[in-house]
Amino acid sequence: MSRAVTAVSREEKLIVAGHAFSSRLIIGTGKYRSFEEMRSAHDASGAEMVTVAVRRVPLDRSSESFLDYLNPALQILPNTAGCYTAEDAIRTARLAREALQTDLVKLEVIGDQTTLFPDNEQTLEAARVLVKEGFVVLPYFNDDLIMAKKLLDAGCAAIMPLAAPIGSGLGVQNPANLRIMREQLADATIIVDAGVGTASDAAIAMELGADGVLMNTAIAEATDPAKMATAMKLAIEAGRLAYLAGRMPKRLYASASSPLAGVIK
Amino acid sequence: MKVFVNGESRELSGTPSLAELITQLDLPATRIAVELNREVVRRNEWSGTMLHEDDRVEIVHFVGGGAD
Repeated sequence: MSRAVTAVSREEKLIVAGHAFSSRLIIGTGKYRSFEEMRSAHDASGAEMVTVAVRRVPLDRSSESFLDYLNPALQILPNTAGCYTAEDAIRTARLAREALQTDLVKLEVIGDQTTLFPDNEQTLEAARVLVKEGFVVLPYFNDDLIMAKKLLDAGCAAIMPLAAPIGSGLGVQNPANLRIMREQLADATIIVDAGVGTASDAAIAMELGADGVLMNTAIAEATDPAKMATAMKLAIEAGRLAYLAGRMPKRLYASASSPLAGVIK
Repeated sequence: MKVFVNGESRELSGTPSLAELITQLDLPATRIAVELNREVVRRNEWSGTMLHEDDRVEIVHFVGGGAD
């Protein structure tokens, strides 16, 4: 039994536009207290892909490359964090591609500073342009089925619905929406992005049928990021296996596990 | 000649190319990308791209970040 389960988890890969990943955890590179702490968390997580932000180079000093602190084996997923219009996100994606020679981009167009909720309209507009330019687009968006369909129709390689506001740590706020998305978009690659706070949140996202989870703050702001990264790795594996195993139905009343016949009187 | 680099005004002598500007700024040539007047300029075009008065140059690199 345990051998069969292990075999399933090993063979099963997360596929994003032809890139195969053994780990279903994608993690961020921000908010760590030091680069060393980031590196140990990355190593502990088993993640094979990390996301990085694009910013102006400081001109007042010779800056060392932050990328040098990343494990060279990691796939880098540049993001358009900080962009508030489709135009800025498109420019940022083009710059990232030029610098890193990767077509992958985590598309984010933010609509509001307080909630960091996505601007779905601008996101869709940017996605259409970037797909035409050959980008592999992974858009962050509200957990909405109709928007998900539009993003997939636009040619996005995977879709990244939020679990809760970025950095909130609230966990999956609308499990019904994720379930509906999974059921209605059986072939889509769904990566839950933003809002996970602890290991059980990641497990819940996976149990609901997500193909992967992207997180940053939950690991970086943990007291011990490397330990939390390990917890997340295990939670994602556990959640995935539970999803594949097919959970029992929920019932309002008890259902005895032992035979009713033969009880002594 | 005055150009804007990452939003800051800079006085340059002569009419340097983008490649010369990068060198003058003492920036590493790898893992950065350059935009001139909102269009990306490929690395192999830096030395052949001459700057003009009031050009707007953006030079970016990568920093830690998850989302926002």
